[in-house]
Amino acid sequence: MGRYTIRRLLQFIPVLFGTMFLLHYLQTVSIQINGNPITALFGDRQPPPETLAAITRSFGLDDPCLTQAGNPCLGMFGERLWNYAQGDFGVDFTLQPVTDLLAEALPITLRLTLIAIVFEAIVGIIAGVIAGIRKDKLADNFVRISTVLIISVPTFVLGVLVQILSGLYIGEWLEDRGAPEWLLAVFSVTYQSEHPWASLVVPGVVLGAFSLGFIARLTRTSLIETMRADYVRTARAKGLPKSRVVGIHALRNSLIPVVTYIGLDIGFLMGGALVTEGIFNIPGVGGLVFSSVRAGETPVVIAVATLLTLVFLLASLVVDLFYAVLDPRIRYE
Amino acid sequence: MSDYSTELRPSTIGPAPGAPEGAKERSAGLWADAWRELYHNPVFVVSTIIVLLVISMAAFPGLWTDTDPERCQLREAFEGPSDGHVFGTTVQGCDMYAHVIYGARPSIIIAVFVTAAVSLIGTATGVISGFYGGWTDTIISRINDVFLGLPFILGAVVFLALLADQNIWTVSVVLIVLGWSSITRIMRGSVISAKSQDYVEAARALGASNMSIIRRHIVPNSIAPVIVLATLYLGSFVSVEATLTFLGVGLQIPEISWGITIAEGQLIAVSQEVPHLLVFPCMALILTVLSFVLMGDALRDALDPRGR
Repeated sequence: MGRYTIRRLLQFIPVLFGTMFLLHYLQTVSIQINGNPITALFGDRQPPPETLAAITRSFGLDDPCLTQAGNPCLGMFGERLWNYAQGDFGVDFTLQPVTDLLAEALPITLRLTLIAIVFEAIVGIIAGVIAGIRKDKLADNFVRISTVLIISVPTFVLGVLVQILSGLYIGEWLEDRGAPEWLLAVFSVTYQSEHPWASLVVPGVVLGAFSLGFIARLTRTSLIETMRADYVRTARAKGLPKSRVVGIHALRNSLIPVVTYIGLDIGFLMGGALVTEGIFNIPGVGGLVFSSVRAGETPVVIAVATLLTLVFLLASLVVDLFYAVLDPRIRYE
Repeated sequence: MSDYSTELRPSTIGPAPGAPEGAKERSAGLWADAWRELYHNPVFVVSTIIVLLVISMAAFPGLWTDTDPERCQLREAFEGPSDGHVFGTTVQGCDMYAHVIYGARPSIIIAVFVTAAVSLIGTATGVISGFYGGWTDTIISRINDVFLGLPFILGAVVFLALLADQNIWTVSVVLIVLGWSSITRIMRGSVISAKSQDYVEAARALGASNMSIIRRHIVPNSIAPVIVLATLYLGSFVSVEATLTFLGVGLQIPEISWGITIAEGQLIAVSQEVPHLLVFPCMALILTVLSFVLMGDALRDALDPRGR
C-alpha cells in the first residue's frame, strides 16, 4: 500500500508536465502556422506595426521562436510554468486575469457537475442493482434496453431535445397553471443567476445521462459476477436474509469498479459540460472556453484547458489512491 | 466520449486462461463459437443490417436518392414533409431526405478511418509495451498517461480550435491523436496476461523468435477486447464527430453532415414550430450510434466466456 502510493505519486509528476507541455506545444505550433493571434483580433483594420508589436509583447507572444516552425519554444514553456507556479495564468484580450474569469465560472460548473454526479450515481446504482438481482427478468431487460438507448444518444442531441421539451411544452404548461418561481426555473431554457441550483437541474440531468447508463451497466455486470462468488454462496448457505447478502456481502465489493468510474467521470463531465453549457447558455467554464475559442483568444483557451486538466489529473490520482484503500489486494505490479 | 474501456477488463474477455487454441477439438474455438452465437442473435443481426445500410448510404448515396442535396431554394425553407420532400426541407430549403442520406458520409469516413488508425496504433504500442516491458513499457505508458489525462471533448475542442481549417482530415487526425491511448492500455493488459501462459513458454522453449511468438500466440490471444472496443468506438466516433461539428469546431458549412443539420435546425425548430428539422437528422444519428453500440455489446457477450 505505501509503496503503491509512492509510485503513483511519482508517476503523477511526469504526466503533469507532459500534459502541460502538450498544450503548450499545441499553442506554439498553432501560432507558428497561423501567425500572430493578435492580428486576428483586429481583422481588416490592422493597427500600425509598432502598436501591434507592443500589444504582442504585452501578451508575451513576442518570442522569436514563435516564427520558427517546429520549434518547441522550451524557454517560453519554462516561463509559463514559472508563472503558473505563482498562480499567474495570464490575461485575456480585455486584460482580465484568467484566474478571475475562472473564479466566476468555476462555481457554476462545479454545481452542474455535482448535480450530474449525484443524479447518475444514485439512479445508476439503484437501476444496476435492481437489474443485477433480477437477472433476465422484466426489470433487468427494461434496465438493459433503456441504458443502451441512453448511451446511444449523444449528449448534445439529448440536450437539444430536452431543452425543447422542458422549455417549451412543460414550461408553458406550468406557467399556465401558475407554478411557483423555482419550479419554472427548473424547466427554463437558460441559466438564471437568481436560481443558481434550480435552473441547473435539467442541464445536470442531461449531462449525467450518458454516465448514468454506463454506471447502471457496470453495477449490473459487477453485481452478477460477485453474486457467483464463493463467499456470497457461503453467506446464503448460512441463511442470511437476501437483503444482507446483497447489501453487505455482494454490493460492497461489486461497487469498486463503479466508484472508480464515478471518480474518473469528474473529468469526463468537465468535458461534457462544454456541450451542455453551450446548449443551455450557462456561463460556466465550458462557456468560457467557447467564447475564447470564438474570439481566437488562444492564451485563455490554453490556460483554462490546463487548469481543467489539472483538476482531471488530481481526480484520477485521488481515485487511484482511494482504490487501493477500497481493495487491499491492489498492488502496483 | 466516455471511456468504454472501464467495462472491458482484459481478464474478462478473450480465451479463458489455460484453454487457448488447443480447445479447438472440443468446442469450435473462441471465434467459431462467438460467430455461431452472433449468427443466432437477432439483436446482432438487425444492428449489423442497419450498420450496413448506413455504410451503403455513405458509399453510394446515389442508390438512395436522386435529389441533389445542394440544390436548395430559400423560398421552400423549412417546410414540413410533403410529396415532393418526404422529410420536408432544411433551414436553407434543401431536401431533408437527401441531407440525411448524404450526411452519413463524413461521419462514417471519420469513424472508420479513426477507428482503424487508433486500433492499429493502440495494438502495436500495447504489444510492444506489454511484451517487452522494462523501459520501453515505462516510456510508452507515461506518454499514454499524458493523452489519457486530457478530457476527450475538451482536448478535441482545444486542438481543433487551434487549427487553421477544419475538415474531415484534420478532425480525424485530432481524434486519432486523442483516441489511441485507451486501446494501448487495454491491449497492454491483455498482452501481459497472455504472455505468462504456458503455451508461450512452450513456444519459447522450442526456439521461437519474439516476432513469431507475438504473431502466432500473443496477438491472436489478446486481440478480442480490442475488437470489441473498436466496434464500440465506431459508434462513439460518429457521435463525437457530430458533437464537434455541432459545437462549431468540426466540419464547416459547405460540407453536409448530421451535426451541421442539427445545429442549423436547433436555432429555429422551436421558434417556428418545425420539429422535423430536428427529428430526422437526430433519428439518423441516434439509430447509427445505437446500432454500433448493440453490435459491440453482442460481440462482447459472445467473446466473453464468463458471461455465458
